[in-house]
Amino acid sequence: MSEITVKVGLASCGIAAGAMDVYRTLEEHLATSPKPVKLLRTACIGMCFEEPVVEFNGSALGQMHIGKADSESIIKILDDYIAGNPPETNIILAEKMHGRHNELLANQQRIVLRNCGVIDPKSLLDYEALGGYTALRKALAMERDEIIAVVKNSGLRGRGGAGFSTGLKWSFAAQAVSDKKFVVCNADEGDPGAFMDRSALEGDPHNVIEGMIIGAYAMGADEGYIYCRAEYPMAIEHLKIAIEAAEAKGYLGKNIMGTSYSFEMHIKEGAGAFVCGEETALMQSIEGKRGMPTIRPPFPAESGLWGKPTNINNVETWANIAWIIINGADAFKAFGTEKSPGTKVFALAGKIAGSGLIEVPMGIPIRDIIYKVGGGMKTEKPFKAVQMGGPSGGCIPASLLDTIVDYDSITATGAIMGSGGMVVMDTGTCMVDVARFFLNFTQNESCGKCTFCRIGTKRMLEILTRITEGKGKLEDIDTLQELADNIIKGSLCGLGQTAPNPVLTTLRYFKDEYLAHIVDKRCPAGVCIPLLTYSIDPEKCIGCTACARKCPVSCISGTVKHAHEIDQSQCIKCGACQKACKFDAVTKA
Amino acid sequence: MEQDYSKVDAILASYRGKKGILIPMLQEVQNEMGYLSRDCMKYVAKAMQIPAAEIFGVATFYSMFRLKQQGKHIVRVCKGTACHVSDADGIKSALVEALKLPKDENTTEDMMFTLMEVACLGCCSLAPVIMIDDMTFGKLVPEAIPAILDKFRF
Repeated sequence: MSEITVKVGLASCGIAAGAMDVYRTLEEHLATSPKPVKLLRTACIGMCFEEPVVEFNGSALGQMHIGKADSESIIKILDDYIAGNPPETNIILAEKMHGRHNELLANQQRIVLRNCGVIDPKSLLDYEALGGYTALRKALAMERDEIIAVVKNSGLRGRGGAGFSTGLKWSFAAQAVSDKKFVVCNADEGDPGAFMDRSALEGDPHNVIEGMIIGAYAMGADEGYIYCRAEYPMAIEHLKIAIEAAEAKGYLGKNIMGTSYSFEMHIKEGAGAFVCGEETALMQSIEGKRGMPTIRPPFPAESGLWGKPTNINNVETWANIAWIIINGADAFKAFGTEKSPGTKVFALAGKIAGSGLIEVPMGIPIRDIIYKVGGGMKTEKPFKAVQMGGPSGGCIPASLLDTIVDYDSITATGAIMGSGGMVVMDTGTCMVDVARFFLNFTQNESCGKCTFCRIGTKRMLEILTRITEGKGKLEDIDTLQELADNIIKGSLCGLGQTAPNPVLTTLRYFKDEYLAHIVDKRCPAGVCIPLLTYSIDPEKCIGCTACARKCPVSCISGTVKHAHEIDQSQCIKCGACQKACKFDAVTKA
Repeated sequence: MEQDYSKVDAILASYRGKKGILIPMLQEVQNEMGYLSRDCMKYVAKAMQIPAAEIFGVATFYSMFRLKQQGKHIVRVCKGTACHVSDADGIKSALVEALKLPKDENTTEDMMFTLMEVACLGCCSLAPVIMIDDMTFGKLVPEAIPAILDKFRF
């Protein structure tokens, strides 16, 4: 019998769901009762909604993934698996029988995430066993121009969101004449609702590092920085381990793989500022200054870090490079659309059944992402919108669900591709509140350099807050539009230029909802507290007095066994009565 | 009382003469001292020959730097999009209530807890999420908050 392996997914989301307890239980069990079983670690396979996920291999049952594993049942599952009896539990993926999610993976195409959830991210040997660093070996034997030509031909576009041609960007930095050049990996993933880069770094750090070494070699850079959010401690830890291992093996440092090429790599931890995801601000931050964007030109390719030519790419962009070098530009172009080749990683979150990390070929309709790959809605409430691109993006309504995923089609909707956050919203989400949420975010994160961004976003936020409180006026809609136009024109960097997008897209697709707040003083989704009315249905109320006893302002009147009533003039809309009622008699509208 | 900066001196010594050091250096000083007091920033400025205004500018720009003394445990409420649409506000209210935070304060009187908001912890599939020190708790409901906090009251 071949050896049985048990792999536990120990990425941040797995650990938060209790994967460490499962791992320790298995470890202790195997220490006291030895079995022909090897216990391994991996990172995230992407099915965050099923965490903790444990993978079994090697028995007659073939490969099998168990979801929502817990320390109470894991030993029995292991014994069942060894014996070849299908465990009576949450089988999510299975090679030889029906796993509930086999079809979810069938719609995916993994390039960036090919090793995530497969290898132990702390093991260089694991990465090498799956072809790791062969791309670097191949690249070091190529002419520098040749490498850039392959990347250019592949059509790879910057995965940070703007979608600029990576090969073209590299050629600018390569052409710059200087005694010193830098490459930078932007891992300052700040969009709320996005965790693609975290998973890629936690799950397969060497893949990003290998991409950077290849790029640095092609552009003639000898020093690189990975700028990573400090909120991602595991990503930083795995990067540090990977860099040390790569140095020890001669993939990094002096005379890489016996050639005359040398490259040194550092990690810089961010200190909590969203604007540092903007490339010029990011460089200021690496230099130890306040992360405020600077005017371009000069572009980083001419004058970047410490005034030297610098090339900055996002984590996912770097993570595509090794695959492209090995498989060639044509293989990459076989996926996706003509203008947006390859794949895209998305972080699915919000009111979707299968929240987690997915990688799909470009050109797939949003509808397929949500209903085929993401498994549809989480509850019975119907789909309302999907938010793409975070605070710089917008909300795409149900009528545009057939929009395909590529840079240009998404931009046409008013949203942006962004870095890959997709937050699904149902009819219980208020779109005015969502717009207010994002404006609150950008207003907080504006660095304050440009007046329009600093003050304009503040005024927009005030107006949106007023509308959600039922104090909106009809002319507010025009004012929002005007402010939005001016902020776009008057801001230096991407943060300001895109800050109004969440408002503009919700105004475009959900104007009715704004009008309901302003004219009818009503929040159709039942989210904006000042606009809610709690009332008691006299048909359903049995007069148990539970609500009256819970009401903090004693505004519910009625006698035992008779229907109760809420005094609307005193009600503070706390919802305590609705929670207290066991008969669904309290309604919110 | 004169503050003892001998441990800070050791940190500063390891950064002297290097480039782009201000942010990691201040992070390390903060880890040692708990927060960056005005005095401490002035001390660093003098010792490293960096204008105090530059240090103060950086310390106020980044949200990781704390200018006030913090509680023993840091409670971060995620306010990311996925958490927002999953009632992060309700979680925050439950925290404020359970910690009995005074109005406009984010640290409890016994200096046990400091409550902060964070833009996104990147665990969106577990929304709503909070992080206490380096432990993440997901799929929360307001009712679960008091029991979680109790695990840290020691």
